[in-house]
Amino acid sequence: MNGALVGIASAAVLALGLGFLARRGRPMGLEQWTVAGRSFGAPLVFLLMAGEIYTTFTFLGASGFAYGRGGPAYYILGYGTVAYTLSYFVMPPIWRYAKEHGLYSQSDFFIRKYDSPTLGAIVSLVGIVALVPYLVLQFKGLGIIVEIAGYGAIGATPAVWIGAAVATAYVMVSGVRGSAWTAVVKDVMILLVVAFLGIYFPVHYYGGLEPMFAAIEQAKPGFTALPARGESVWWFSSTVLLASLGIFMWPHGFVSIYTARSARVIRQNAVILPIYQLILLFVFLVGFAAILQIPGLSGPDVDLALFKLSVKTFDPWLVGVIGAAGVLTALVPGSMILMTAATLLANNLYRRVDRSATDARVVQIAKLMVPVVALVAVYFTLQGGLTIVALLLMGYSFVTQLFPAMILSLADTRWTTREGAAAGIVAGVATVAALGLTRATIGTLFPSLPVEIQEINVGIIALAVNVLVLIAVSVGTRLMTGSHRRPAQAADLT
Amino acid sequence: MRMARWLAVLPCFAVLAGPFFLNRVTPFVFGMPLLLAWLVAWIVLTPAIMAVIFWFDPVNREDRQ
Repeated sequence: MNGALVGIASAAVLALGLGFLARRGRPMGLEQWTVAGRSFGAPLVFLLMAGEIYTTFTFLGASGFAYGRGGPAYYILGYGTVAYTLSYFVMPPIWRYAKEHGLYSQSDFFIRKYDSPTLGAIVSLVGIVALVPYLVLQFKGLGIIVEIAGYGAIGATPAVWIGAAVATAYVMVSGVRGSAWTAVVKDVMILLVVAFLGIYFPVHYYGGLEPMFAAIEQAKPGFTALPARGESVWWFSSTVLLASLGIFMWPHGFVSIYTARSARVIRQNAVILPIYQLILLFVFLVGFAAILQIPGLSGPDVDLALFKLSVKTFDPWLVGVIGAAGVLTALVPGSMILMTAATLLANNLYRRVDRSATDARVVQIAKLMVPVVALVAVYFTLQGGLTIVALLLMGYSFVTQLFPAMILSLADTRWTTREGAAAGIVAGVATVAALGLTRATIGTLFPSLPVEIQEINVGIIALAVNVLVLIAVSVGTRLMTGSHRRPAQAADLT
Repeated sequence: MRMARWLAVLPCFAVLAGPFFLNRVTPFVFGMPLLLAWLVAWIVLTPAIMAVIFWFDPVNREDRQ
């Protein structure tokens, strides 16, 4: 075992150790296990949200995207700014509603708001389907890190298995508290490592930022801005918009809102979280630095840029530290995702079948589901093929479809019905799947439209279909039933 | 001073509309291509704007126990 692998292995052991410690002295009921008894203050909620938003995707995917595509990668910087600004207004009402009704999961929210367990089951399914690619990308990242940073001593396949096993053990033991405390270690490490790399590489190889960008501009003119065609400004703006609506609709992101102690904590976070995106700037700089130093990576291999450049530049011990940070960025969100998927399966799907199940029984089932979900993700990871960004965008398009029904349910006077919400979500998800399978763009669907419109992110179509169906079916069901389901709402409408 | 909430429109507008006017590599600003520098500037400005909103928003005083 070389120096780098020792660092990576200690990170995994540390994560497990913290997970065990976090559990001590607390009985693990469903509320403790999933939302930590709604007791977290601003620092922990911050870490939990940052912990799941900044993942292997940030570390490897964003640097790979900057390396492979250049300017279009900036969309990742843009959507955080928009999303956190929106979160100040959108998240407190969600938190308040969740607290009043003792909700555990995202689909609980829909079940209560729309008074429909069926809608809850649909939302759970969408969540689970979207979480799998997200989990796959964490495992894929683990494989890359251990393989390259370990100088080939462990192959990618065993690395994926080991990572999945550690994440599974960790979640089964500690639930969300384990995630929050490991997130503390992870965030400090990733911040230091990425800031160091983002400053060191440009200075070491080019003598500074401006010389680096000038060199790239000379080699590939226009690469660090948006291209005139394809991933153009129109693509950028529409993608930023879609992603910023989707970001908080991830089932695990939604649930981390519930862990807050008060609505004020959430607003504080909305103020601070944008700063955290500066990490992404450093990650981009690493990707840009690699362009002229490690030329020739293409396809899914662009995700290797950060580690290839590190191995080329540093001694094994330092590569080990970078690898350790990388392993934590995969394990922390990976465990959050695992836990969320398992809780959804147990609390929202199993409970639908076995209605007399006690909370203790549901916790038991949830823990059993953890290794099952992990196995499914390992299967897809080993099938391989897509880049990290492609996997993430796929998951995003699915969860974004939950946004219209969610935001409209927050209104004081509600005209959307459960039938409308369900039909809208199903139509939106079906559109995403159809467009994904046929690889359609707006250009191929509507070739007569102006070029600018053709370049708008195709996800907008799915969202538009979703909203139109939602409106049509809601109005339709209201007209057919001729009355409003709840007296309270009928009063609101007058 | 709930009016301060309207300041939140600024970062959204800057990020969604700004690139239409600033999609250029040069001039370099702080060593970065112009478009990147613009987005980074808003990462720094947005928390400042949100802090102003937070400060003037009466709900944050009510929620404090």
